[in-house]
Amino acid sequence: MESSRRRFMKMAGIAAVGLSAQPVIKAVAAAPTNGTHSLQKGPKALIGSQWAMVIDTRRFKTERDVAPLIEACHKTHNVPHFSDRRHEIKWLWETHFHNAFPDIVNPHMSEEAEHRPYLVLCNHCENPPCVRACPTKATFKRQSDGIVVMDMHRCIGCRFCMAACPYGARSFNFRDPRQGLVEKEMNPQYPTRMKGVVEKCNFCSERLSEGLMPACVEASKGAIVFGDLRDPNSEVRRVLRENFTIRRKSGLGTEPCVYYIV
Amino acid sequence: MLEIALKGSKTYYAWILALLAIIGMGFLLYMWQLQYGLGITGLSRDVSWGFYIANFTYLVGVAAGGVMVVLPYYLHDYKAYGRITVLGEFLAIAALVVCLLLIFVDLGQPMRGLNVMLYPTPNSVLFWDAMVLNGYLLLNLIVGWNVMEAERNGIHYQKWLKPLIYLSIPFAVSIHTVTAFLYSGLPGRGFWLTAILAPRFLSSAFAAGPALLILLCLFIRNTTKFDPGKKQIQTLGITVAYAICINVFFFLCEIFVVFYSQMPEHMDHFIYLFFGLKGYNSMVPWMWSSMALMVIGIILTVNPATRKNEVTLAVACVVIIFGTWIDKALGMIAGGFVPNPLHEVHEYVPTLPEIGITIGVYAIGALVLTVLYKMAVGVKEEVRA
Repeated sequence: MESSRRRFMKMAGIAAVGLSAQPVIKAVAAAPTNGTHSLQKGPKALIGSQWAMVIDTRRFKTERDVAPLIEACHKTHNVPHFSDRRHEIKWLWETHFHNAFPDIVNPHMSEEAEHRPYLVLCNHCENPPCVRACPTKATFKRQSDGIVVMDMHRCIGCRFCMAACPYGARSFNFRDPRQGLVEKEMNPQYPTRMKGVVEKCNFCSERLSEGLMPACVEASKGAIVFGDLRDPNSEVRRVLRENFTIRRKSGLGTEPCVYYIV
Repeated sequence: MLEIALKGSKTYYAWILALLAIIGMGFLLYMWQLQYGLGITGLSRDVSWGFYIANFTYLVGVAAGGVMVVLPYYLHDYKAYGRITVLGEFLAIAALVVCLLLIFVDLGQPMRGLNVMLYPTPNSVLFWDAMVLNGYLLLNLIVGWNVMEAERNGIHYQKWLKPLIYLSIPFAVSIHTVTAFLYSGLPGRGFWLTAILAPRFLSSAFAAGPALLILLCLFIRNTTKFDPGKKQIQTLGITVAYAICINVFFFLCEIFVVFYSQMPEHMDHFIYLFFGLKGYNSMVPWMWSSMALMVIGIILTVNPATRKNEVTLAVACVVIIFGTWIDKALGMIAGGFVPNPLHEVHEYVPTLPEIGITIGVYAIGALVLTVLYKMAVGVKEEVRA
C-alpha cells in the first residue's frame, strides 16, 4: 500500500507540473489556431496591410484649425476630460514643433512653420517598443493591418508601455474615466474604459471595419491622408511620393507610420 | 521552528503590534487607492512610475545584496560567514516580499496581476522580472529554512540543497540585472539607455545590502545572546567599501560619456537632476545630498580606522543606505521621466497616501524580517546554549 500511495503522489506531482507548464509551452511553441477564432470582415470594411497617415501641417495655421479634429477624435472614443493635468487622457493633441520633433529642431527656422500647431498621436510603429514591453500581450500589433491595438480587458495597468513609448502617446486612467464624461455627449457606439488601464489612439479601427475613415481624417477636410503603406497605388503612397515628409524620432528605429509634410 | 517567533519579551510584542498598526494604516490607504484609482498618487501620464517602483528597484538591490555573504561562504569556503549566511538569506526574503508587494500596489488592475503568468510573454522584460524575483524568493525560502532546521537538529543540511544554493548565486545577480533591463532597453529614454545601468544597480546593491546587514548584525548583538561576530562584520565592511567605490566609479563613467559627448537627449536628464531644467529643480538638493552621502560613505569605509570602529562603521552604513536610496530610488525614476519624450518638464512629487502605502508595505517587510530573524537568532541561541 505504502509504495503505491507514494507512486500515486509521484504521478500526481508530475501531472501537476505538466499542467502548470502548459501555458509556457503554449508561449514557446504555439500551434497556429487558424480559423477557430478569426473574426469575419464586414462587407464594407476598409482593407490595408499597414495603415499609415500623412499630416499636411501646412494646412493647420492656428489652434482653431486642429481643435475640431481633436474634438472629433475624443468625442468618438469617449475620451474623458479632467481639469487636473496629472489625470489627463489624450489620444490626439497639438504641440509645438520643438516638442513634436525635439531631435530635428533648428535655430532660426521658418517662423511660420515653427508656430504651426503640430498634431501628435500614436504612431502605430512598425517596430513598436510598447508591444515589446507589455507583459500580457494586452497591447499588440495586429497582423492584418498593422494597427497597434489594445485589449482593455487584459491590461493589468503596469504602465511599462508608457515608459517604453518614445512619443508620450499613451495615457493611463488614473481615475474612473466615466467621471470625466458628460453622459448626454457620450458615443454609445464606442465603449468607455475603466480605471487602472492604459489607452491610446487606435487609428479608428472600429470605423475602418465599417468602411469609414478615421474621425480625425474625416474632420480634416483633406489635410490628413490615410491609407495603406504597402499598396503602391494608395493615396498615402502618392502623397509620400510627391512631398518631402518627416517622422518623429525616426532615428530610434521604431518606424512610425505617421508622416508629416512640413 | 515558527514557534520560536511566538515567544518574546514585551518589547518584542510591542514592536510587532506597532508594525501591525502601520500595516493596517497602509492597508486602509490602499483600499482608498483601489476605490479611487492611482489618481491618489502624484503620478501622471508624464511620470508614470513613481515612489512604488522607485522603492521596488532599491529593494531588489537589498535582496540581491544578500548574496555577498552566501557567495564567500559556499563558493570560497569562507567559514566565518557560516554564522550569518542565514541572516543574508532571510533579509533577501523580506526584501523580496516588499518588492513583490510594491509591484502589486503599483498595478492599475491588481486583480488581473496573474495575467503575467496566464499569458506568458517572453519578449517582455517584466515577465522575466516576475520569474526571477519569484524564483529567487523560493530559492531563499527553501535554502534558508532547511539549512536553519539542520543547524537546529545538529546535522549537516541535506545534500540536494547544494545545487539550489549554487543556483541562488547567479539568481541574485539576475534579479538586479533583469530589473535594470526594465529601464535600460527602452528607446527614447536617454537617462536609462546605457549599458552601465545593470552594473551600477549591482554595485549599489552590493553596498546597500551588506550595509543594512551590518546594522542588523550590530542590532542583534546588542539585543540578543547571539553575536554575529566582529570578524564577520568587518569583512562585510570591506565588501561595502569596495562596492560603494565601484558604484561611484560607474556613476562617474556615465557622467563622462554623457557630458563629454554632449548629446542633449542623454545630458538633459542629468542637468535636470543636478542643476534643474527650465526652472524646475526640486531634485537638486536630493541629488547633491546623495553624492555627499556616498562620498562620506567612501571615506568612512575605506579608511581602516573608521571602518574598524563599529560606531563609525554604523554611521557609514546609514549614510550609504540613504545615499544609494536617493540615487537609485528617487533619482532613477525622476531622472528617467523628466524631461518627458516631448521634452517638456513635468515634475513628480509623491503624495502622502502614496508614501503611506509604501510605508505600510515596508512594515510588512519589517514584520517578515522580525519573525524570520527572531527564529534564526532563537535557533542560534539554542545551539550555542
